[in-house]
Amino acid sequence: METISVKINGVSYDVPKGSTVLEAARAAKIDIPTLCYLKDINEIGACRLCLVEVSEGGRPFRLVTACVYPCTDGMEVLTSTPRINKSRKTNLELLLSNHDRKCLSCVRSTTCELQKLCLEYGVDETRFSGEKNHYEIDTASPIIRDNNKCILCRRCVAACHNVQEIGVIGANNRGFDTYIGSAFEAKLGETSCVNCGQCIVACPVGALYERDDTDKIREALADPSKHVFICTAPSVRTQIGECFGYEPGTDCEGKMVAALKRLGFDGVYDMNLTADLTIMEEATEFLGRVKNGGVLPMITSCSPGWIKYCEHYYPEFTENLSTCKSPQQMFGAVVKTYYAEKMGWDPKDVFFVSAIPCTAKKFEVGRPGQSAAGVPDVDVAVTTRELGRMISTAGIDFRALDDECFDNPFDIGSGAGAIFGATGGVMEAALRTAAEVIEGKPLEKLEFDDVRGVEGVKLASYKLGDINLNVAVASGTANAKKVLEAVKAGELDVQFIEIMACPGGCVNGGGQPIQPASVRMATDLRKVRAAVLYNDDKTSEVRKSHENLAVQKLYDEYFGEPNSHKAHEVLHTHYIKRGL
Amino acid sequence: MIRTHVLVCGGTGCTSSGSVKIHDALVEEIAKKGLEEEVKVVGTGCFGLCALGPVVIVYPEGTFYSCVTAEDVPEIVEEHFLKGRPVQRLVYHETKAADGATTSLSETSFYKKQKRIALRNCGVINPENIDEYIAMDGYQALGKVLTEMTPDDVIQTILDSGLRGRGGGGFPTGLKWKFASGNRGNVQKYVACNADEGDPGAFMDRSILEGDPHAVLEAMAIAGYAIGADRGFIYVRAEYPIAINRLEVAIKQAREYGLLGNDIFGTGFNFDIELRFGAGAFVCGEETALMTSIEGNRGEPRPRPPFPAVKGLFGQPTVLNNVETYANSPQIILKGADWFTSMGTEKSKGTKVFALGGKITNTGLVEVPMGTTLREVIEEIGGGIPNGKQFKAAQTGGPSGGCIPASLIDTPIDYDNLLAIGSMMGSGGLIVMDEDTCMVDLARFFLDFTVDESCGKCTPCRIGTRRLLEILDKIIAGNGEMEDLDRLEELSNYIKSASLCGLGQTAPNPVLSTLRYFRDEYIAHIVDKKCPAGVCKSLLQYTIDPDKCKGCTLCARKCPVNAISGTVKQPHVIDTAKCIKCGACMDSCKFKAIYKA
Repeated sequence: METISVKINGVSYDVPKGSTVLEAARAAKIDIPTLCYLKDINEIGACRLCLVEVSEGGRPFRLVTACVYPCTDGMEVLTSTPRINKSRKTNLELLLSNHDRKCLSCVRSTTCELQKLCLEYGVDETRFSGEKNHYEIDTASPIIRDNNKCILCRRCVAACHNVQEIGVIGANNRGFDTYIGSAFEAKLGETSCVNCGQCIVACPVGALYERDDTDKIREALADPSKHVFICTAPSVRTQIGECFGYEPGTDCEGKMVAALKRLGFDGVYDMNLTADLTIMEEATEFLGRVKNGGVLPMITSCSPGWIKYCEHYYPEFTENLSTCKSPQQMFGAVVKTYYAEKMGWDPKDVFFVSAIPCTAKKFEVGRPGQSAAGVPDVDVAVTTRELGRMISTAGIDFRALDDECFDNPFDIGSGAGAIFGATGGVMEAALRTAAEVIEGKPLEKLEFDDVRGVEGVKLASYKLGDINLNVAVASGTANAKKVLEAVKAGELDVQFIEIMACPGGCVNGGGQPIQPASVRMATDLRKVRAAVLYNDDKTSEVRKSHENLAVQKLYDEYFGEPNSHKAHEVLHTHYIKRGL
Repeated sequence: MIRTHVLVCGGTGCTSSGSVKIHDALVEEIAKKGLEEEVKVVGTGCFGLCALGPVVIVYPEGTFYSCVTAEDVPEIVEEHFLKGRPVQRLVYHETKAADGATTSLSETSFYKKQKRIALRNCGVINPENIDEYIAMDGYQALGKVLTEMTPDDVIQTILDSGLRGRGGGGFPTGLKWKFASGNRGNVQKYVACNADEGDPGAFMDRSILEGDPHAVLEAMAIAGYAIGADRGFIYVRAEYPIAINRLEVAIKQAREYGLLGNDIFGTGFNFDIELRFGAGAFVCGEETALMTSIEGNRGEPRPRPPFPAVKGLFGQPTVLNNVETYANSPQIILKGADWFTSMGTEKSKGTKVFALGGKITNTGLVEVPMGTTLREVIEEIGGGIPNGKQFKAAQTGGPSGGCIPASLIDTPIDYDNLLAIGSMMGSGGLIVMDEDTCMVDLARFFLDFTVDESCGKCTPCRIGTRRLLEILDKIIAGNGEMEDLDRLEELSNYIKSASLCGLGQTAPNPVLSTLRYFRDEYIAHIVDKKCPAGVCKSLLQYTIDPDKCKGCTLCARKCPVNAISGTVKQPHVIDTAKCIKCGACMDSCKFKAIYKA
């Protein structure tokens, strides 16, 4: 790698050619504050907080934005001078002067990047007070926008526009009156937003957050007539620790279960189980389509963000979607039909909570065709963040808890179910089962390495028995778009596609704990979080969905066989051609 | 045989004061008199002396008619064209000799010191007829570069000429072309023209596009040849319908003549131009915002580097120049770099077009060699300040520039001198202020404009300029404190050094330059609670002098809010609580009994 020499605060460093000043400084372990910068996603030099002084070719020092300014050989950089500090302080004062400053009640208090910087730079009052903008808070969708806190860093816009290529938000008006919103001042819920929540995890402040549904859970828990259950998605255990100061990539399943039991749930269940159930239904559906000339390629349906994306942007592909409900919805449906019948409960008295890394699942619980027992399959879906807050509010000392186990009878999940949370995981789980069903003998190697990893689009070919199978895996709606366009153009011949709306899959979902830009610059969260799931799989006793005894029991006692009439009634759904 | 040519100005100024009607009336009247074979009416671009519009010139005599109306047309045709007697009452007084003969227009004070290169064809040719442009050596420079010069020769000539960007930045044009010239033939490149003239009061680009559109097309093709680009875009504001129309006509004609399109002059060089319309955002005149807008996105600037020459339109190397810069280039190619460098100052060569506006007699467009003093432009060419008022300051560079006080009126105008005194060349707006102008109010006026036009992308400009404006408002309202001056200065310097683009980086200039040269006016507003120029209403009070008041009651009747009371023939009084300070009473008083202070 070609390197150049840069002098930062008087010390020379060799940095790769093409580095920005920010990259060079961080490599030298010198932090430069940023607000608008998000590596590879939002490099627009808009907030002007990362100003540093540079001198090139012996010319006088001048202020440039470190985040986008390229290093040149022999450049001198100063990252902390009185001029720079004054400039940053003024910048923060100006931001605060048009900010509602309701830190006490802000969901991002203590995780807010602006708050942290103001503390560091000693900015508590602003010398430049003046008129403030006042905006109505948009609560029309599970994603809530409070522009009174927005600092117009455009990270959300970049996430929506550049990462997901959806682009339902952008800057409206101009100058002091600029605000982020949708075209024609539509509320987010009135647009073709898919609720993926990538905007929320991109936001440095409290301008974007999910609708908080935890009060509904507290009420249910306090109601003696209700049987209240919670199931947790594979990617919640991998990240809930981040809410309590653990490093990203720390598996906290046991503590999480222990905490939920202390919250008073009547049962704490493992959603890996219904991930396995999904595989049973989906693999069977797929093989049926192959055998009977059904619509191919079949596309997975676990990701509600992807489902809404498909309905809006590719309604011609809704027939290709697997009719399987998502694991969350299957779980609620199973508990309110099979389990309620078994226990002799009225499904109305069962309150089912799903804990998920996802904001789109809040939308999914209200979809039509998701009420197997005549009441909604799932009552409330809460994100990892909400769950973390609930545990804190209840006074539970998360870090001090001993590990506990999920509750009977929904406590078994296979390794195949665990990897549902990472891109390629659903495909791999399905392949494990499909291969054994077709070939009638155990697989020698369970890992399907070609579909693993964080690449946006992965293609692979397998020979299962006498079936030649081409598969595609995409994560992030921009990549979904690529795959679907290629299929439409006849350039991609695949029979099975896995799509997840969030880049990297659920581990990087819009409901996950928010890491600041500096951490996101240094760590690929998709990778470290997914590693927990793959490790979970590797160490599981059961690693194939069809070998999950709890799932087998469900079929024995209730559904008969995959894709049976009963299974269709309870575990499958339908879609809407929404269009734009 | 045509014996008389009648040139009717078709620039936006004269068009809006009725020159189209005059043109049509002339054609009709000439036909009525059966003179169609002898007298030809030609619609042209702007003559420059907009204050006297609509303007008509009759050749070969060179009779300069000013402030013409359609009703004057029969008389002009009857008397002048038929009987050979120019209509003296319409002849511009400076072109009238004592004996009634016509003197040359180029000897008038307005034109005498001008040197027209960019404007050379404006008001001379019919911009909608490519043959007239060709007759004025049009497209000869393009022919020369394509047949006699290598692309590097072209760039060297422009470099040698010392031509600097006329849009305001003053970056050497040849250098821009050179930076974009690498890898010719292997990379898609673009040539773009910035015709998004947004400075209030500046209209030189519009006049060039309206009066000589082919000069711009030719220059863009030359630039295309120089850097190896085959596509050009002109980004022109939609508020310039006449310019757009003439560009469309010119592009069509140039294509018909094979001067745009494929295989130009049979040399294998391809180049074509498309128009893109701006929706009127000031920031879209900033080069990166302009390109973002052409790409179909919200017109917002992006950080530089990368510069357009490396990564411009659609991510490709792009040369972007202003209209006036282009208008100079064909002449430089034809006449050589030495000819161009013979005009101007050491570091600013050639001429510059200024749009004269404000408190000046000859509002209009003038083109003078670099190095001409402000005094020459204002007092001689501009005809000085009307109504016997005193010159107070001039603002160059529009809202991005600064004001130049009377003490610096002998500054020779060039890029570096203007920067040194806290202003800038800008695109060439020159607004003249007299003693009735309040400099705090002036700073507020320009800042209000930039606050309005800020795109909102970067923090210093979006919030900072608004806070500056609020401080000025506070001072103007009479609530200022001395600390506000420090805050103004600190915030201004911060916005200048920290903003993303040129708009923000220059927005505080009017504040800083007025603070620098007219600090005492700020102090008068803050400490004395007085506006010395009598402009800021909150600091004014209208009073009736009881000794002078005759009790005629006129002021009381004129007052829109019934703030004046008094009985007939008795001195009246103004209720200051009710008074809205509109000044109607003072204007109406025949005895000068009302004063403001």
